[in-house]
Amino acid sequence: MEAREIVFDFLEGYDLLGAFWVTVKLTVYSALGSLIWGTLLAGMRVGPVPLMRGFGTAYVNVIRNIPLTVIIVFASLGLFQTLQVQLGGGGDFEVINFRLAVLGLSLYTAAFVCEALRSGINTVPAGQAEAARALGLSFTQVLRLIILPQAFRAVVNPLANVLIALTKNTTVAAAIGVVEAAYLMKDMIEAEAQLILISAVFAFGFICLTLPTGLLLGWVSKKVAVKR
Amino acid sequence: MTTSVLFDAQGPRAKQRNILYTVVFVAVLVAAAWWVFSSLAEKQQLDWVKWEPFFTSPQPWETYIWPGLQNTLKAAFFALLIALPLGALFGIGRLSDHRWMRMPSGVVVEFFRAIPVLILMITANAAYAEFTTLATEDRLLYAVVTGLVLYNASVLAEIVRAGILSLPRGQTDAAKAIGMRKGQTMRYVLLPQSVTAMLPAIVSQIVVIVKDTALGGAVLTFPELLASVRPMSANYGANTIACFTIIALIYMALNFALTSFASWLEGRLRRGKKSTGAVVGAAPAGGLEITDAPPVKTGGTDKI
Amino acid sequence: MQLRKVTAASAAVLALALTATACGSEDKDDAAGSDGGGKITIGIKIDQPGLGLKTPDGKFAGFDVDIATYVAKELGYDAKNIEFVETKSADRETAIERGDVKFIAATYSINDERLQKVDFAGPYLLAHQDVLVRADDNSIKSPEDLNSKNLCSVTGSTSAKNVKDKLAPKAQLQNYGGYSECLTGLENKAVDALTTDDSILAGYAAQDAHKGKFKLAGFKMTNENYGIGLKKGDADLKKKIDAALTKMVSDGSWDKAVEANFGPANYKNEPAPKIGNVVK
Repeated sequence: MEAREIVFDFLEGYDLLGAFWVTVKLTVYSALGSLIWGTLLAGMRVGPVPLMRGFGTAYVNVIRNIPLTVIIVFASLGLFQTLQVQLGGGGDFEVINFRLAVLGLSLYTAAFVCEALRSGINTVPAGQAEAARALGLSFTQVLRLIILPQAFRAVVNPLANVLIALTKNTTVAAAIGVVEAAYLMKDMIEAEAQLILISAVFAFGFICLTLPTGLLLGWVSKKVAVKR
Repeated sequence: MTTSVLFDAQGPRAKQRNILYTVVFVAVLVAAAWWVFSSLAEKQQLDWVKWEPFFTSPQPWETYIWPGLQNTLKAAFFALLIALPLGALFGIGRLSDHRWMRMPSGVVVEFFRAIPVLILMITANAAYAEFTTLATEDRLLYAVVTGLVLYNASVLAEIVRAGILSLPRGQTDAAKAIGMRKGQTMRYVLLPQSVTAMLPAIVSQIVVIVKDTALGGAVLTFPELLASVRPMSANYGANTIACFTIIALIYMALNFALTSFASWLEGRLRRGKKSTGAVVGAAPAGGLEITDAPPVKTGGTDKI
Repeated sequence: MQLRKVTAASAAVLALALTATACGSEDKDDAAGSDGGGKITIGIKIDQPGLGLKTPDGKFAGFDVDIATYVAKELGYDAKNIEFVETKSADRETAIERGDVKFIAATYSINDERLQKVDFAGPYLLAHQDVLVRADDNSIKSPEDLNSKNLCSVTGSTSAKNVKDKLAPKAQLQNYGGYSECLTGLENKAVDALTTDDSILAGYAAQDAHKGKFKLAGFKMTNENYGIGLKKGDADLKKKIDAALTKMVSDGSWDKAVEANFGPANYKNEPAPKIGNVVK
């Protein structure tokens, strides 16, 4: 009992769970955002309008070649500090920075979601689309009703990898002052002596977040896979 | 017009509709661009004084950007140099017949893939400061490289594993049939063939490494490309928007060259394929044939 | 055949990368041979105008740099034998303890916590925590006014914590990696004040690009005694540096350095502090 108190007293005064909760919230919101935007991008890239195809390609190529740190800093420094976009934060810096981080993470991750989805679309047999067109479905109908439902089921695994990468990437939000796990960790390392213990605690925290995600989605991916 | 199985060949009405979509889309893009540029101009961020240093003199390039870029390349290079053999070791380890080799390899790979690179870097930096006598400027490089190596070695291990698994079983069987030992099979038969399959994925992983060096600049103040913004913007009157834009463009150019090289390599390997082995994660045949769609990846080849 | 071509291509890439890194390590070699041959290595900041800044010609300028150069000269080192290296705030104690640098002049405030690890000569400047506001903004008259304002500072700095904990707990606080980002926000009216030592703020305000745009509020919120950090127990070096600083003040070089680096900012600096007189 006493030993435990001595070993873990470095945690006192730090809101460890709070910081990890921010990490979780960043992950969930960004995952939703990037899923929606990534799907739209994938739609653009396989669609009939040449300009949209070009835009989708350019977007993906630009975004995935820039470090996430630069994108997040741009979101804060460019959008907020210069263009005065507050994303409905009402002047509360904590809220605004959180939302900007979600925006930056979503914009970045969407490029990878789009690529994963495109590869998923590729696994759907051509006959499916041909049959759908023979029924007189329009492009959006083909995509929405026939192709995407099958494509999503084929790429659960790659999307799980993207989600895990996203979870880890939320640490970059520390660069604009969002108090999530990595921000707290840096603070603690500077103030406390138990380096190894602190690192172990945070590593453990992230393993707790990412490992079950991987296992769960791996199971889901087997469950929903289209048998061909 | 391009043909796709996803939509019909376009008749006059569809063409008209496409033109309408195009016009609306252009309008939205132009409106967004106009808003950004006019707001930036209004905030005096587009003033020539803020951008002029980059175009009228070689000094900012020589003094700030080039040394930063060198550090970025140096960190990425060493990280790759160390991570590659390490990754191969763990990748092969995971394929071993022996449980005592398979298990620890798997645990190590999964462990370091689950932890953010940033946290690995912070930990490495603090550990080097406490337990070694490295000079300060070397320590940051070591910490950044260590973080990158630990993460990327585990990703490369998965690439190697996937590459070897992509080879047909017949290769191993044939090797056994002519009496090769396990080590020989790996060295003379499996590895040489799977290298071709893995190369594109490896080159893509270099992009990840280059991008992740920026974490060292942002959090550890390792003097790489992104960190060169600090002394540069301090000197030119806090022209941060201009500095970050220039830096972003450099990253883009560098990584675009790498990704182009990767897809060129992939195309070559696919075309010139006569015998065994697929490119890692190659698309299954008979799909929708989306032009240049990336293959489905199931292993650890997540290029984020 | 196939494999050989690929190998050749990879080798070319590798060679390119090697050349790039080789260029980098050449620079390093100069730095490594710093201690021998009458050279001296001094730690400074490279991103703070007015105090320590790497200028576009690759040289260094600022008050800290002037102080360091003068002291080095008194210790018997020519200006051309001085090697300036960047010492970030978090790395200063380690750099001294490991002997990477002979001494550090990098906005290094003397405090008890640091005194446990290093020794300080000086102080050579008394600075105070202050805020920088836009020149046309007259709404911030006392530190309490900051409560309704948006503040900016640098991640992990004591200035930020100080304001948040004691002076203006209700203020909105934005943290960035560097002061330049804060200035962009200040310029664009996204934040109302940037807080840190007045000497650093004065350096920014004095820059050509910022003339007439910003002003110091003049709040003396804390006392920051800038000292020269050196290895703990090196009494001989401390004595020599103290003597050099005393001489710098008495022969007028100190005033000249202040004027040259902070003059344009209209910075009302404290008179040269007496050696060993740390103002709490």
